[in-house]
Amino acid sequence: MGYDLTLQGLHDLAEGAAVLGTGGGGDPYIGRLLVEQEMRAGRTVHIIGADELPDGALVLPSSMMGAPTVFVEKLPSGAGNVAAFRALEAHLGRTAAAVMPTECGGLNSMIPLMLGAQLGLPVVDADGMGRAFPELQMQTFGVLGVSGSPMAIASDHGDTSIIDATDNKRMEQLARALTVQMGGASYISDYPMDTDDVRRTSVHGTLTLCRRIGETLRQARAAHADPFDALTSMLAGTIYSLGVALFRGKLVDVERRTVDGFARGRARLESDGDPDDTLEITFQNEHLVARRDGTVVAIVPDLICTLNSETGAPIPTESLAYGQRLTVYGISTPPIMRTPEALACFGPAGFGLPDRYTPLEDLLLTLRP
Amino acid sequence: MRIGIDVGGTHTDAVLLDQAMTVVAEIKTATTSDVTGGIVAALQRLLDRGGLDRAHVDAVMIGTTHFTNALVTRRRLARTGVVRLALPATAALPPATGWPAELLEAVRPSVHLCHGGHEFDGRPISPLDPDELKRVAVDLAAHDITTVAISSVFSPVTAEAELAAADILRAELPHLRVSLSHRIGRIRMLERENATIVNACLLDLADEIVDAFTGALRAVGVSAPLFLSQNDGTLMDAEHTRRYPVRTFASGPTNSMRGAAFLAGLTNAAVVDIGGTTADVGVLTGGYPRQASTDVDIAGVRTNFRMPDVVSVGLGGGSRVTHRPDLRIGPDSVGYRLTDEALVFGGHTLTATDLAVAAGLADIGDPSLVRHLDRDLVRRGTAWMADRVAGLVDRMRLTADPLPVIIVGGGSVLMPPALPGIPEVRIPGHHGVANAIGAAIGQIGGEVDRLFVIGSRLSRDDVLDRARAEAVDLAVSAGAVPETVEIAHIDEIHVDYLPGNAVRVVVRAVGDLDLGRARTPEEATPWATT
Repeated sequence: MGYDLTLQGLHDLAEGAAVLGTGGGGDPYIGRLLVEQEMRAGRTVHIIGADELPDGALVLPSSMMGAPTVFVEKLPSGAGNVAAFRALEAHLGRTAAAVMPTECGGLNSMIPLMLGAQLGLPVVDADGMGRAFPELQMQTFGVLGVSGSPMAIASDHGDTSIIDATDNKRMEQLARALTVQMGGASYISDYPMDTDDVRRTSVHGTLTLCRRIGETLRQARAAHADPFDALTSMLAGTIYSLGVALFRGKLVDVERRTVDGFARGRARLESDGDPDDTLEITFQNEHLVARRDGTVVAIVPDLICTLNSETGAPIPTESLAYGQRLTVYGISTPPIMRTPEALACFGPAGFGLPDRYTPLEDLLLTLRP
Repeated sequence: MRIGIDVGGTHTDAVLLDQAMTVVAEIKTATTSDVTGGIVAALQRLLDRGGLDRAHVDAVMIGTTHFTNALVTRRRLARTGVVRLALPATAALPPATGWPAELLEAVRPSVHLCHGGHEFDGRPISPLDPDELKRVAVDLAAHDITTVAISSVFSPVTAEAELAAADILRAELPHLRVSLSHRIGRIRMLERENATIVNACLLDLADEIVDAFTGALRAVGVSAPLFLSQNDGTLMDAEHTRRYPVRTFASGPTNSMRGAAFLAGLTNAAVVDIGGTTADVGVLTGGYPRQASTDVDIAGVRTNFRMPDVVSVGLGGGSRVTHRPDLRIGPDSVGYRLTDEALVFGGHTLTATDLAVAAGLADIGDPSLVRHLDRDLVRRGTAWMADRVAGLVDRMRLTADPLPVIIVGGGSVLMPPALPGIPEVRIPGHHGVANAIGAAIGQIGGEVDRLFVIGSRLSRDDVLDRARAEAVDLAVSAGAVPETVEIAHIDEIHVDYLPGNAVRVVVRAVGDLDLGRARTPEEATPWATT
């Protein structure tokens, strides 16, 4: 059932989005402030299920593109997402009935909420990543045959452009080049879809999932309960089905470098009980693979979250620092993200990793005799 | 000779250090509501005890909580204009977004979003509009606003817009006091701007406090220059303090840790500062506190100041002890009423101090008043406190190597000579005034924090060399002895997603204060440009 988001719900959603951001996706803090401004101005964020969309309606996703390090300095004008959305409507010659996220992890969970409030349109409770990914073609929408093009891109100045690329990967490259010219941050609407496409190709219920993750962590803290146990119980009843604390330890080494415009690196943790027991996470903006004493324990697209061991608060890769006490928490992705086509796009192969994809729950069985 | 003073909420401590940096005298007095009075009393007692000719004092260093307290209690804050140079960008989140309502009420910022600002690579977002800024000046004058905070997008990359806007506003309003964001904080617009606004509303108070401090020095016949402690353990002179009062925030924990390092002669150690109510644990690396990685809220305002990474627990000399049904020590404390309420002082509350006295760790009050305590309770209680502190130290440890521990503060009597799992425990002399010592030994620093684009024109080595040289120049012009200046910190942060290798470089250089140069006010005002 559709519902209006409360201020508390927004805070919970932002924290859950940072958990699903698996270390990347940009800090939702700025996004949360943007939505709060809309709510304080008396506007409403109305979230509806994909099943509540009228048949044959047009739905346009909305997001920001570029470097989170730019967003935190050159704050949004607030008009960019509206401009991109309207430009795509005009190009298509149709009026959209709803807006939706492409990426429920990180900052981009917040952008459609702001836009929905600004335009008075409902926000569909679904997305195309079920988490955060670094590139536009890494979407269940595209994996299941939806074209990302035509897409619209806008700058803070009000420039807009339509990109009609021959495939979704080329769309990503062209949009990336424009984003740099636009000052390292841009506002986009891509993957225009009708109701059937949304229902068929999206990961359902992910905004509500984010909200419930944030709510679970908040309530566990208030009750002085273990946040990870609470999270595991909550996830058991969702399409993500399995959440598990894979490792608890102290961060002893972080290595970061920029390759091809991505923050790539590794973080190494030592177990609380045994300093010879180590876990290493490899990341490219988001966490991609976790290896315990050399053996893979979780791998993309399953989620590898770095959470504060005491509070369960998510720690993004740029804030990882020596000495932090972290719990590495794995979450299994829903079946729509694990098909051979999906794995080719955003599984290990999509990131150039040599490892084969093995579902989190299978890895867990081999680890626990 | 130099004098270090720590003005805390309850106590004002002062120390006198000679040329060889030996502690000659130390005193503890009560903080007074009248700023000058407390400092005068502390100075007089210190100088009398040290038997010192006033003319031999080369410098006075003060660490103070005045400015933090003004913000927390929302008193004495000036109404401030805020000019952000950014349009058409940033309009969705105007200045002071997310501030607590009570603080907004106290500051009542007059907010002006204007054109200007730069992209990450230094291209302008839009040109400054002088007429727009002249209209701002008219509005500020109409509301009798005499201070303004100016922030511009990516001003840490290029400060051009902030400087030009300040010139335009001052041409209209010659008496306007201006705080520029690139002088205050780092990349992250809202956090840097917040700190700049806070700084601007403290400018009037800063004048008053600096006048009171210099007046106190004059009253006791000391003509030496005055310095204040900053949050990173370095000093700023009195004139600089008038412009950047916000930089005194959180100098207390930093001074305590640096003072501890100095007293114990260690540069890599955990520092445990135990007071009446809490124990704070931080880690020193190379003589400086390890910085916290998260953003810091001050009075509900989010800033990106570097603050020491400190964990606090409710365990101090005044912690209440209960033992039925289970043993519990703290977090509630009798605080400053320890000398009335603790058993050893004839009171009726069992405190952590009573356990320490009963265990023979401390000789405070009348030990006969705790002789009746159950030996098992005393043993378990003191062991629990030692375990608690040792556990905190372990939590703060970075590597597998065990860290030595320095214990300071009045509550250090709670700790036994050895802690479980810790190779070395030091409780140095003068540990009760570690804060004032930290102020006295403050160094002078310079910091560069900018985005550079590494490419054909500038290699990575060129960029780092340039940043290092700029930081050293800043430290020297701030009054550091050139030969003592060292690079204290280098950080490179690559900007995600952007081709062209944009990198943010943070370099901090620090050196010993040149006491000779500190004498001349003209030379001692290195940041004199705004």
